[in-house]
Amino acid sequence: MIRRQLTDQANNPSTTPAPPLRAHSPEVSAARARRWGAFFYAEQVLRVMRNYGWSVVLYSVGQPVAYLFAMGVGLASLVDANSESAFGGVSYLEFVAPALLVSAAVMTASGEFSYPIMDGFKWRRVFYGPHASPLIPQQIASGHIMASSLRFLLQSVVYFVVVALFGASPSPWGWVSAIVATVAALSFGLPLMAYAASITQDKGQFALVQRFVVMPLFLFSGTFFPLDSLPIAVRWIGWISPVWHGTELGRVFTYGMDQDPLLTITHVVFLLATATVGWVLVRRQFVKRMGS
Amino acid sequence: MSGGATSLLRVHNEAIRSANPSESSLSSRDMNPPTVISARNLTKAYGDLTAVDNISFDVPAGESFGLLGPNGAGKSTTMKMIGGVSQRTSGALTIMGLDPESHGPEVRAHLGVVPQQDNLDEELRVRENLIVYGRYFGLPLSYLRPKADELLEFAQLTDKANSKVDALSGGMKRRLTIARSLINEPRILLLDEPTTGLDPQARHILWDRLFRLKESGVTLILTTHYMDEAEQLCDRLIVVDKGRIMAEGSPAALIREHSSREVLELRFGSERNATIGVELQGIGERLETLPDRVLIYAHDGEAALEQVTARGLRPMTSLVRRSSLEDVFLRLTGRSLVD
Repeated sequence: MIRRQLTDQANNPSTTPAPPLRAHSPEVSAARARRWGAFFYAEQVLRVMRNYGWSVVLYSVGQPVAYLFAMGVGLASLVDANSESAFGGVSYLEFVAPALLVSAAVMTASGEFSYPIMDGFKWRRVFYGPHASPLIPQQIASGHIMASSLRFLLQSVVYFVVVALFGASPSPWGWVSAIVATVAALSFGLPLMAYAASITQDKGQFALVQRFVVMPLFLFSGTFFPLDSLPIAVRWIGWISPVWHGTELGRVFTYGMDQDPLLTITHVVFLLATATVGWVLVRRQFVKRMGS
Repeated sequence: MSGGATSLLRVHNEAIRSANPSESSLSSRDMNPPTVISARNLTKAYGDLTAVDNISFDVPAGESFGLLGPNGAGKSTTMKMIGGVSQRTSGALTIMGLDPESHGPEVRAHLGVVPQQDNLDEELRVRENLIVYGRYFGLPLSYLRPKADELLEFAQLTDKANSKVDALSGGMKRRLTIARSLINEPRILLLDEPTTGLDPQARHILWDRLFRLKESGVTLILTTHYMDEAEQLCDRLIVVDKGRIMAEGSPAALIREHSSREVLELRFGSERNATIGVELQGIGERLETLPDRVLIYAHDGEAALEQVTARGLRPMTSLVRRSSLEDVFLRLTGRSLVD
C-alpha cells in the first residue's frame, strides 16, 4: 500500500495531495449519538419531508382557505341568520375556526403516525437502517415525533394566519391556538403511533381508524356545534376526544370564550397527559420491536 | 484501480494505522492480531426454537470470516447479535471488547452493516442517503460531503449521485448499501448475504470491492450460501446448520478434511443411477448416488473413471472436477430441502 501511495505521488508530481478525510473515532460517534441521536433522526425525517414540501405547503394553505370559506362563510350565512346567541355571542366563523384548526392538525397526525410507522417496520423497513448505526430505537421514535411536531406546528401557524386573515381571531392571544393544535395532534397521534408500532400484519387497520375513530372525533367533538347540544348519551365522545379538548382550549385563546378555569386546566392536563402516555408507549413499543 | 478507490483504501489503511499505532511494531514482534469479535456459547432461542445453539468463535482483526449455512441455519440471527440489534438468550459476546447488549451504540459505532434486505431511504437521492446515514454517527457535513463523493466513486455510482434510489438496479442498490456502510470508516464490516439475488456481473463487481476492503485491513464478517463467494472472500469460515457449528477452518482446509481432492460425476440416466451405484462400490473414497447422477469422491478422478470403465460400465456423461466447498457443505448439512 505504501508503494502504491508513492507511485501515485510519482505519477502526479505537480498536485499536492489533499489531506485525507478522516471520520472521528467510534467513541466520538457513540457519544454524539447518545446525546443528539433523536435530532439526527429528526433531520432525516425533515429531509424526506422536504421532498414533498410543496404538497405540504399547498395542503397547509389550501385546506384552511377551503374549509373556512365553506363553513365559516357559506354555512355561517345560514347559521348566523337563524341563531344569533347559540355560539356564545360570537359569529359562526369565529366559533368554527379554532375547531377547524385543531381538527386539521389532528388529521395530519393521523397520517404521519400511521402508515409511515408501518413503512418503518414492515414495508420499506426504514427504521432498521438507522438502528444499525449508533442510534437506539427510542431515539428513532423521538426523532420521528419531533420532526412531525415541527410539521404540525408550521401547518397550524399557517392555518392560524389564514384564520386571522378571515378576521376569525379577535383576541391578541389567538396565535397560542397553533400551539394548542400541535399538542392536540400529539395527544391523538402518539397513542395511534404506539398502536401502529404494534401492528405486524396490515389488515386495513388504518382505514378502520380513519372511519371509526378520526371521523367521529371530528364530527362529535363540538367542532360544528357546541358539545352540549348533543344528547348526553354521545357526549362522552367529546370528553375523550383530543379534538374537543383542543378546540375548547383554542376558543379561549382565539375569541376569549368564557370558560371555568378548572375546565381550562382539565383540557391542558388531558392533552399533555395523553401525549405523554402515548410517548412512553411509543418508546416501549419501539424497543420491544427493535431491541435495545 | 480507480483513483477514488485507491485513495479510499489509503485512507482506510491510515485510519486503521492511526487508530492502532502499535500495530506496525506489533506485527514485527507478534504476528497475532488482536481479537475483534469473540463469541462464547452464544445462544438465541425464540420460544421453543433454538436459532443459534451454543456457538463459539473468535475473529482476529483484518480477517475475512464467513458464516456458511442453509436457510434457517442461524446466520442472520448471529449477525444481528453481533450488530447489537438482537439480544442473546445466553452466552457471552464481545465486539472490540464491548458487550453489544450493554453498549449497543458504542459497538455499532465501530461497525458497518450491510443487511440482508436493503433498507435505503427510497425517498432520498443516492448521495443524500450517504450523508444522512453519516449524520447518525454525528459526522459533520464538512467531512460527509467529500466522503460521500469518494464512496460513490468507490461504488461506481458517481453518475447516479442525484438519482432517486427507486431508479437503481438491484446491484446498484446493493453497492449503495455497501457504500453507506463505509461512511463512518468502520474497521469491522458485517455483510449478511451481500450478493443474494444479484446477477453474475453485479456479484463480481461486489466481490472486487469487498476484496479491496479486505486488502485495506477491514475485518469482514460475511454470511452466504454461495460457496464460490465463500471461497473467493473468506480466509476462514464456520459451516452452520440448525444453529450449530458443523465445521470450522479455511476453505482449503475444510475441503481437505471433509472431501476428497477430486470428484467424478457420472450420469447413467435417471432410471439406472441407483442400480449402477451398487456396482460402483469400492471405487474411490466415497460414493454418493443421487437421482440424476452418481458422485465418486476420489483422490484421482481420472483413475477412478478408468476403474469404472474397467468394470464394463459406460456412463452417458462423465466429468472429473476438483472438490469444492459445495461438496463439503452438502456433506455437512445434508441434501434435504430447507424451507
